[in-house]
Amino acid sequence: MEEVKPQLIKITFDGIEVEVEPGTTIMQAARKIAEADESQGHLVPPAMCYYKPLPTSGGKCRACLVRVAAGSAKDPRPMPKLVPSCITQVQEGMIVENTTNPAVLDTRKSIVEFLLINHPLDCPVCDQAGECHLQDFSFEHGSVKTRYEEDRRTFDKIDIGPFVQLHMTRCILCYRCVYTADQITDKRVHGVMNRGDASEISTYIEKAIDNDFSGNVIDVCPVGALTDKTYRFKSRVWFSKPEDAHCDCDKCSGKVTLWYRGDEVIRVTARKNMWGEVNEFICNKCRFERKKTSDWVIEGPTKVKRSSVISANKYSKNLIAKPEFSLKLAATQFKPIGDEREYTTDIETVRHQSIENNDKANHRSLLTDNRN
Amino acid sequence: MTETPNPVAFTAERLAKVKEVIARYPEGRQKSALLPVLHIAQEQWGWVSSEVMDYVAEILSIEPVEVYEVASFYTMYHLDPVGKHVIEYCRTGPCCLMGGEEIYDYLKQKLGIQAGQTTADGLFTIKEVECLAACGWGPVFQIREQFYMNLTRQRVDEIIEELSK
Amino acid sequence: MATKILTEHINVPGIETFEVYRKQGGYTAVEKAIKTMSSEEVVEEAKKSGIRGRGGAGFPMGMKWGFLAKPEGVPRYLVCNADESEPGTFKDHHLMKSIPHLLIEGMIVSSYALGANKSFIYVRGELMYVIRILEKAIEEAKANGFLGKNILGSGYDLELVVQSGGGAYICGEETALLESLEGKRGNPRNKPPFPAVKGLYQSPTVVNNVESIANMPWVINHGGDAYAAIGIGRSTGTKLISASGHIQKPGVYEIELGLSVDEFLNSDEYCGGIRKGHYLKALVAGGSSVPILPAHLITKTAAGEDRLMSYESLSDGGFATGTMMGSGGFIVFDETACIVRNTWNFSRFYHHESCGQCSPCREGTGWMEKVLHRIEHGHGSLHDIDLLVDVAKKIEGNTICPLGDAAAWPIASAIRHFREEFEWHINSPKEATQPGAVFMGAVLA
Repeated sequence: MEEVKPQLIKITFDGIEVEVEPGTTIMQAARKIAEADESQGHLVPPAMCYYKPLPTSGGKCRACLVRVAAGSAKDPRPMPKLVPSCITQVQEGMIVENTTNPAVLDTRKSIVEFLLINHPLDCPVCDQAGECHLQDFSFEHGSVKTRYEEDRRTFDKIDIGPFVQLHMTRCILCYRCVYTADQITDKRVHGVMNRGDASEISTYIEKAIDNDFSGNVIDVCPVGALTDKTYRFKSRVWFSKPEDAHCDCDKCSGKVTLWYRGDEVIRVTARKNMWGEVNEFICNKCRFERKKTSDWVIEGPTKVKRSSVISANKYSKNLIAKPEFSLKLAATQFKPIGDEREYTTDIETVRHQSIENNDKANHRSLLTDNRN
Repeated sequence: MTETPNPVAFTAERLAKVKEVIARYPEGRQKSALLPVLHIAQEQWGWVSSEVMDYVAEILSIEPVEVYEVASFYTMYHLDPVGKHVIEYCRTGPCCLMGGEEIYDYLKQKLGIQAGQTTADGLFTIKEVECLAACGWGPVFQIREQFYMNLTRQRVDEIIEELSK
Repeated sequence: MATKILTEHINVPGIETFEVYRKQGGYTAVEKAIKTMSSEEVVEEAKKSGIRGRGGAGFPMGMKWGFLAKPEGVPRYLVCNADESEPGTFKDHHLMKSIPHLLIEGMIVSSYALGANKSFIYVRGELMYVIRILEKAIEEAKANGFLGKNILGSGYDLELVVQSGGGAYICGEETALLESLEGKRGNPRNKPPFPAVKGLYQSPTVVNNVESIANMPWVINHGGDAYAAIGIGRSTGTKLISASGHIQKPGVYEIELGLSVDEFLNSDEYCGGIRKGHYLKALVAGGSSVPILPAHLITKTAAGEDRLMSYESLSDGGFATGTMMGSGGFIVFDETACIVRNTWNFSRFYHHESCGQCSPCREGTGWMEKVLHRIEHGHGSLHDIDLLVDVAKKIEGNTICPLGDAAAWPIASAIRHFREEFEWHINSPKEATQPGAVFMGAVLA
């Protein structure tokens, strides 16, 4: 029997045509565009609950709602409501509007608002800060001000097992950790209790989540609700340096990312793709117990998006190639700046002005520092 | 069931009922019996403790957390001990239009407790519930399976007196 | 005398027993369908009848049946939605407790039409006494050969199971109901797939309301065309209306669709008018979820035509000046009712009943309730009104299931028609928070 390749389906997403296999979701089609051309990354709908490695996830947070302007070539009527792109399958000739539709962006703004009204906004003391999807989501789509005046929902922090802390106040109820426990571990002991805005992730009675793969709930959590107790308050993520490494593990693939501060491994996580999704789930032994460089074979620095705070000041400039597109763009868009103001080119004067400004802001003298 | 004596166990009659309920569903779908079995459990113990939920999980061959999730989702299951008689009053619109709020205040004042509380003698617990599908006959109490409708202060007095016996 | 399809025999003493029900012509539809009709023919009659789902959405039942997937070797299910929880609605409760065999008979012919061998009636858990009535009726029907194996010697088997809910309004949404029936939390599913393709236990499933199914025996006995001849236009047949609030005679009434709202409200055969000494202020015509109407839009539409009890006439004017038939929960407010308090009350209901799965509904229903609570208790500000309208708009249409819409519509419509009353609460908090205080301005104006 000759293998018949399924015919590809062509859709238009924000004016860009893309061909995908039947059964693909709108979200995956959009990601395909961005994977081919990184500069189109901003077109991809945000995902707060959807997580590709966890089948059946998605459809809950409504962050990825898009407008289908034409359902298919056969039936080109628009869909009456915005649809969740993460679980809606494409049809031949479908036309989807995401960033090109103001109603979509307006709705997305309100989803940020809904997710934040009961969020503590304690980013300054949250271990997730810097790699938090909610932070990114609200930075990209949120408002500066909140209209919410009432009390926020709060819960006590609880330890679920020796390695994982549950900070329910931060949770956005994406259900990813529940699916992880269902699909990755052999037994689920935590779940969603109560309902409505009183819903909470819990074990109900005090119980440890104790099995070989339980640590993965930390990696899938989009916010700082489930955090690694062995890493608690050790460092801000942007001060640590990720390195890919592997080991010979009898339980999992052993492919991990080690997070260094100086020479010390302060954290071990699974490797993630450009959408923040785990490539391969790792076992608790790799995650929590192998914290010496000698436990691992180092492969080299983890590829981190240039836009990520994690990449800040870590690599020599050529390690990560600058996208060709932006260079081209810069070359074509370059315009000489017509600035008529008076300015000085004398380096010493500029430096002194800068130091003065800094002094005013920081109340400390850079001059003294510089002398040393 | 194991031979080990277990402090949590259905009476023989209820266990037979539970087995009959489980048999209603297709093979392998015994989890469908969860809601009815929790009702039977509550009938026996008055409320559902975590031990009772663990026991129900064992009977249905599911994880305890699946029972906790469900029991905490639905409002009819009492997850804390309650009094002998649980008076559930409907607080939704139509009952309130018919003077419900005044009647419920009277009930609370008469028993000296608020909604969610139990009288010191352990006889009465008051709970607020949403619409009981008896809007034309409001205000409404539900006490166990019984509906008390078209309530007046006098009727409340009678009900409390009757149940206090 | 108006045609009675569901309630003709409801007051016959002993009608809850098989014997009396049978004497009144009960179970003849089962005989006719199973002995003389193919399942396709039964579906055809349902289509001809034009009956629309009585649970609230008003989707044509025959068409819904037509969508049922029929893959080989996969069981199909019929599930009756008896999770009646919409504030203002108590018709199914009344029907099931009074004449249980009518539903059982309807379930048998409907299951036969769909080729289901196991069907479920999902009754809200609070109605445990009704569950016992239904279970008794099922026993009787079984004992008389109308249920079980080889019904009436036809070779058709059917088992009916009555399932109890656990207390959750959301389980009235069909996919939440199926989840609940599988022993899970009542979280609605994302659609597609629709239950007709993947429903209970991932098998093709039809979910119908009690009243819809209870109409089927009559449709079989008299034909779909006869049913379609009753009513008006696309609103065929009769409808049970649950009447509550400030009327002389609250209760459940069967009306022919197309009856005027004025007659239903004021004639002695039905509501009997507003209670003595009071006058009409507002109406919620189809259960708490539908938009509220102010007095001047109740008996007449905005165009000045008579408003009728039909799907089309009630929704005449769209959401600006109309409402919806919904589940037929007819809640009448006289001038003593405070719209702000009632709106807050309803918003508390939706806040309490949100399953919490999707973010707009989980967070939005709670937010709206808190803002309304603030206004009702004299701590509101004028921008809260705009905030409510905006939050309602952001929830509407963006949720997994229609509960989000149901939470948004009553608030948006109350503000649309009674804005002055909200403003009074905000501007005159002292007066507005007096016990029993009600805004009179709009009524007099």
